[in-house]
Amino acid sequence: MDVLNGQTSIPLLSMRGIVKRFGAFTANDHIDLDARSGEAHALIGENGAGKSTLVKMIYGLLQPTEGTIAVAGEEVRLASPREARARGIGMVFQHFSLFDNLTVAENIALVLPPREGMAGLRARIAAVSERYGMPLEPDREVWSLSAGERQRIEIARCLLADPRLIILDEPTSVLTPQESLRLFETLDRLKGEGRALLYISHKLEEVRRLCESATILRLGKKVGGCDPRAESPRSLAALMVGAQIAEIRAPGERAPGPERIVVENVSILSGEIHGVGLDHVSLSARGGEVVGIAGIAGNGQAEFFEILSGERLAGGDAFIRIDGVPCGALDITRRRLAGAAFVPEERNGHAAAPEFSLSENLVLSRHATAGIVRRGLIDYDRARQLAQAVIAAFDVRKAGPDPAARTLSGGNLQKFVIGREILSQPGVLVVNQPTWGVDAAACAAIRQALVDLAARGAAVLLISQDLDELFEICDRIAVMRQGRLSAPLAVRGTTREEIGLLMAGAAPGETPSHAH
Amino acid sequence: MSPQVFELVLLTIVTASMPLMIAALGELVAERAGVLNLGVEGMMIMGAAIGFAAAYLSGSPFIGALAGIAAGMAMAALFGLLTIGLAINQVAAGLALTIFGVGLSGLLGSDFVGLKREGSPHLYVPGLSDLPLIGKLVFGEDGFVYAGFLLVALAALFLGRSRAGLALRAVGDNPHSAHALGLPVRRTRFLAVLFGGACAGLAGAYLSLAYTPFWSPGMTAGRGWIALALVVFASWRPWRVVLGALLFGGATVLQLHAQAASLGLPGQLMSAVPYLATILALMALSAGTRRNAAAPAALGQTFVAPR
Repeated sequence: MDVLNGQTSIPLLSMRGIVKRFGAFTANDHIDLDARSGEAHALIGENGAGKSTLVKMIYGLLQPTEGTIAVAGEEVRLASPREARARGIGMVFQHFSLFDNLTVAENIALVLPPREGMAGLRARIAAVSERYGMPLEPDREVWSLSAGERQRIEIARCLLADPRLIILDEPTSVLTPQESLRLFETLDRLKGEGRALLYISHKLEEVRRLCESATILRLGKKVGGCDPRAESPRSLAALMVGAQIAEIRAPGERAPGPERIVVENVSILSGEIHGVGLDHVSLSARGGEVVGIAGIAGNGQAEFFEILSGERLAGGDAFIRIDGVPCGALDITRRRLAGAAFVPEERNGHAAAPEFSLSENLVLSRHATAGIVRRGLIDYDRARQLAQAVIAAFDVRKAGPDPAARTLSGGNLQKFVIGREILSQPGVLVVNQPTWGVDAAACAAIRQALVDLAARGAAVLLISQDLDELFEICDRIAVMRQGRLSAPLAVRGTTREEIGLLMAGAAPGETPSHAH
Repeated sequence: MSPQVFELVLLTIVTASMPLMIAALGELVAERAGVLNLGVEGMMIMGAAIGFAAAYLSGSPFIGALAGIAAGMAMAALFGLLTIGLAINQVAAGLALTIFGVGLSGLLGSDFVGLKREGSPHLYVPGLSDLPLIGKLVFGEDGFVYAGFLLVALAALFLGRSRAGLALRAVGDNPHSAHALGLPVRRTRFLAVLFGGACAGLAGAYLSLAYTPFWSPGMTAGRGWIALALVVFASWRPWRVVLGALLFGGATVLQLHAQAASLGLPGQLMSAVPYLATILALMALSAGTRRNAAAPAALGQTFVAPR
């Protein structure tokens, strides 16, 4: 791999007056942006601010309506990703653009020039994983890999094309703190080699740690640029949303209420070859507290959520009690009637039916508890009223009075599915990854709603990979690793490092091993 | 059973399997690219009608085969235009294609009903073709059989080893990711559908040129549907399609012999045996692997590139 030229006065990438319109909607409105070799440039903004649209034009996936793009001073037209790669532009996607049924090597081979055989490729994959400290197994099929491993494939695939500019879209959203640190080491090294990084994130701490310059977008317009190192996370967030983001109001000291959910001795065998079972998991939560379950995705959280919600029944000696009602053998609806509510991880397709309207989606989860169904028929007037109540209480932004769920942005749909459950006033709320891929303002609103619900006496179980989130709103945190759940630790008595090491499965001082 | 009779039975099994194998192979390639074309039966019967007409008028089975392929491809192009160009639902378009093909072939072929021509020439290698038992089986088949096996080998090599085959599988696994990487999703799918049409047309031409030496309306008799099922039961693997086709062909021929020997079982039941046997055997094959790793994840999904 060539070591690239260092600093030059001409920016490697220069965008001037970029406009992108989709019909009447303007996604990018006269945006200027420069990225220089050897530097990391941050692109920050809320969901819907136009970050993705902008980088898709750099990677040749979309064409600007107006404006110019120059690479190393030369004006270019990037008609396809192939042309962008030929100009030395690489991209690491947020939602991995990998193929589950292909092997690691096959996934990488797809973007390289066709003349190279698989044998040579193997050697180059080994070289890249050596050089940047990213272990990869070329013959594994992607579906059997963890999120962190998938991301390494994306990055390796990008690096094998020897790019001068690397676009990274929310790269740390699925990583543990330790994995993030290793990623930053890799990124620092790439900067040191003279490559330019364009780093999209709304984790502002990371931007301050990595980036020398930043462009801030709001509603499709560039609202400013700054040196993130000279800003604080709060000042950056204020630039991003155009107003101060409310800090989460912690409800102060509360006397713990009665135990509202008790789970004892849940063990299940893994259903699939590479699935994870659960091994004697026990946990309880009292009214008024938020209990967090930390862990890298794929360590049994999804299975545990299914057991709690009743999508899957725990057999054997397992015992689940919600507000005094033994629920181990009950289905989801009966558990809801006992006072529980659930918000699964995948908002489009699990928490909500994408093609259904919001009121129909409300019926799906609250048909038994909200008096919507009378004599077997659905009362849609009432369903619409209740949906409107959720929309008003949680400030859900949407087009039209009762649109299909899929037309909402991620943050707004998430606010809707969480609001839908919270307004049923549950005694126990179980949520899985509530703020994954959600913008800062919606994130704050969702966390505040969870804290407020606990303050009203409910028990909240929060499954999350986001340590910032867990430390912000939880009272106690337990760590799930390979199907086992650690004893919960009081937030005030622990540190991120301690939780991070538990997530990686190492006692303090050891090197973390990699979970599959 | 004398060796001569045994060889004859084996020969008829190969002949009965060939149209299924060729048609299923074409559909397999289309499905690996994520396109479910339920119009196999329609493309196949058009291949049979046009193939017979061309061979009858020109006197050449080779020209007949080419015309059959062209007819299948024309049908596939229509399907591709609808499902890939206009993003119309693949299931609906495929069903329509079958109904259309059955009707159109009856119309175009009406002047050729009842006409006869000689069967296709078979290979003859002096010495080798006269070997006992395997002579005719290996060295005395017609051209379609050799072409069929060559196609399977090439398709297996293409899908498993070539870059273009990798791109095709990627498109069938996740068209959105493929598009994001700059792979030409729609072009790939269109070419895969055309290949499927060519194979179905060839399989149809085989029916009217080699399997029987005449054309009759509706002569595919559901073979296109069996081919579709074979693809699934073969877990989208080319060599398993060969296995499944031979199995089905074998069961068909054997039940005919059993009926001739009048075992006292109802004929309708005996006619159902090949279907049952094929399904059971292929189920047993795919039961070992819990996850159908080769199943194209995006099968049947239309793709529209964002602009």
